[in-house]
Amino acid sequence: MDTRDLYRDVILDHNRSPRNFGRLEPADGSALGHNPLCGDSLSITLRVQGERLSELRFNGQGCAISVASASLMSEAVTGKPLDEIAALYHDVHGLLTVDKYTPQRPLGKLMALSGVREFPARVKCASLCWHTLNAALEQRNAAASPVAAAAVSTE
Amino acid sequence: MNAPRAQASPPVRAVANEFSAERVRADFPILAREVNGRPLVYLDSAASAQQPRAVLDAIEHYATTTHANVHRGVHTLSQEATAAFEGAREHVRRFINARSTREIIFTRGTTEAINLVAQSWGGAQLKPGDEVLITHLEHHANIVPWQMACAAHGARLVAAPLAPDGALDLPAFIALLGERTRMIAVAHVSNALGTVLPLREIVAEAQRRGIPVLVDGAQAIAHQRVDVQALDCDFYAFSGHKVYGPTGIGVLYAREALLAKMPPWQGGGDMILTVAIESSTYNDLPWRFEAGTPNISGAIGLGAALGYLEGLGLDAVHRHEQRLLAEATGALQALPGLRLIGTAPEKMGVVSFTLDGVHPHDIGTLLDAEGVAVRTGHHCAMPAMTFFGLAATARASFGCYNTSADIERLVAALIKVREVFG
Repeated sequence: MDTRDLYRDVILDHNRSPRNFGRLEPADGSALGHNPLCGDSLSITLRVQGERLSELRFNGQGCAISVASASLMSEAVTGKPLDEIAALYHDVHGLLTVDKYTPQRPLGKLMALSGVREFPARVKCASLCWHTLNAALEQRNAAASPVAAAAVSTE
Repeated sequence: MNAPRAQASPPVRAVANEFSAERVRADFPILAREVNGRPLVYLDSAASAQQPRAVLDAIEHYATTTHANVHRGVHTLSQEATAAFEGAREHVRRFINARSTREIIFTRGTTEAINLVAQSWGGAQLKPGDEVLITHLEHHANIVPWQMACAAHGARLVAAPLAPDGALDLPAFIALLGERTRMIAVAHVSNALGTVLPLREIVAEAQRRGIPVLVDGAQAIAHQRVDVQALDCDFYAFSGHKVYGPTGIGVLYAREALLAKMPPWQGGGDMILTVAIESSTYNDLPWRFEAGTPNISGAIGLGAALGYLEGLGLDAVHRHEQRLLAEATGALQALPGLRLIGTAPEKMGVVSFTLDGVHPHDIGTLLDAEGVAVRTGHHCAMPAMTFFGLAATARASFGCYNTSADIERLVAALIKVREVFG
């Protein structure tokens, strides 16, 4: 177990300077993610044009892994078709949880998260933003009417 | 009294010489293991303390020579198991100086003990508009059971604020005592901050008003002598695994006069005298509150743990740990960007802290890589964290087996954390 594999430069950089940090108002979809293990929370707001995610912002507080993961995710999904995002989620999940996982598509900077798998206690930190993104997309589908933002938990 | 100041030797020696924590360490087999290639530094006793050989032996001896169900049957094993189980109860009584074993109820732990009181006592006593007074530093185990009881009976849960250093704001606490206050439930020592609560003052104010006091003793029981008659509280709850015993066993001490008026809590075997389909008659104290086969080996292990601690001497353990606390406080304060959370004048067993620009979760992972085990997160005390405007802290907590070398390893590992995060 080498923590340098977890805290790679890309991760530390995105933790220090998170991309797409903030909030979109109005938003087409939003959700609040919560990690009861550490009390961290993450909110995601997003806009969709056609079947493409046009913009995403996240905010909240969290550890370096959860902040960097959300930041990397925000770059990876912005401008992407929704079905491609679903496939990307599948690959990231595999990367985080399956030994020697071979992604179906090039993951680019998201590969920086491959070290997380060696730290089972931290997988939820990295996956929280993806669960929250899914919830925000579902909330957008479910809500033609103004309902409360969806909430997810890693538990 | 200038002797301590005149002493030139570093505190490392002072601790080692007087108490011989090294000898104590040899009693705990788990401390010999390595974690991530480094000798284990265990600084998470506030979450769960390790067990000495004496406890493991007692449990094994029971399982290999004595096990049978208790309070049933006339055969030899059942009688011996009953004697060992009830012997453990007597040991607990002696350890906390209760008047009678009728006041010692075995539970699964502190949480279950508080739930027992909240539901049984609360069910009989709480009326709409009544109040239960707690503090902002309570463990969730001393918040949620009261929330549930209050919700069930239309009562209100009131929490006293803290001072900026994490001490209880005693004047504010006293001001919150009102005509409708029916119960005071407070920690003896805060698990998140290490604050020692002013129980003497709290109990005195409570008695003046005729309000019962429940003390959550989970974080105090292993660190100092606890005498429930001297404290004069009405309920005192603690867990076996915080006092070097096994998990799944704990104790509720309850003043007999209150216990006698409380309705049974859980129903089942062992808590009855006679059962007919229409109704039952209930057993005497303390068994009336112990439905079903109890955690027999857990109770025996707990008894052994108390015996072990008595052997070390609670006063010596207390002095040793207070010195470690002072030493850790000084060493951590010297680290740039480190902020201690909870700096009350009276503390015990725990240092909680944050590090600028580094989330506690990341601290925890990086310390673990160095073989140093600390707790990170909200410590099941989210209102206490909120009070400090935090979601989480890192927490190092001490037991009888910790040494100055452990603190040095903690500090060295924290310096490495700083290096990683720049």
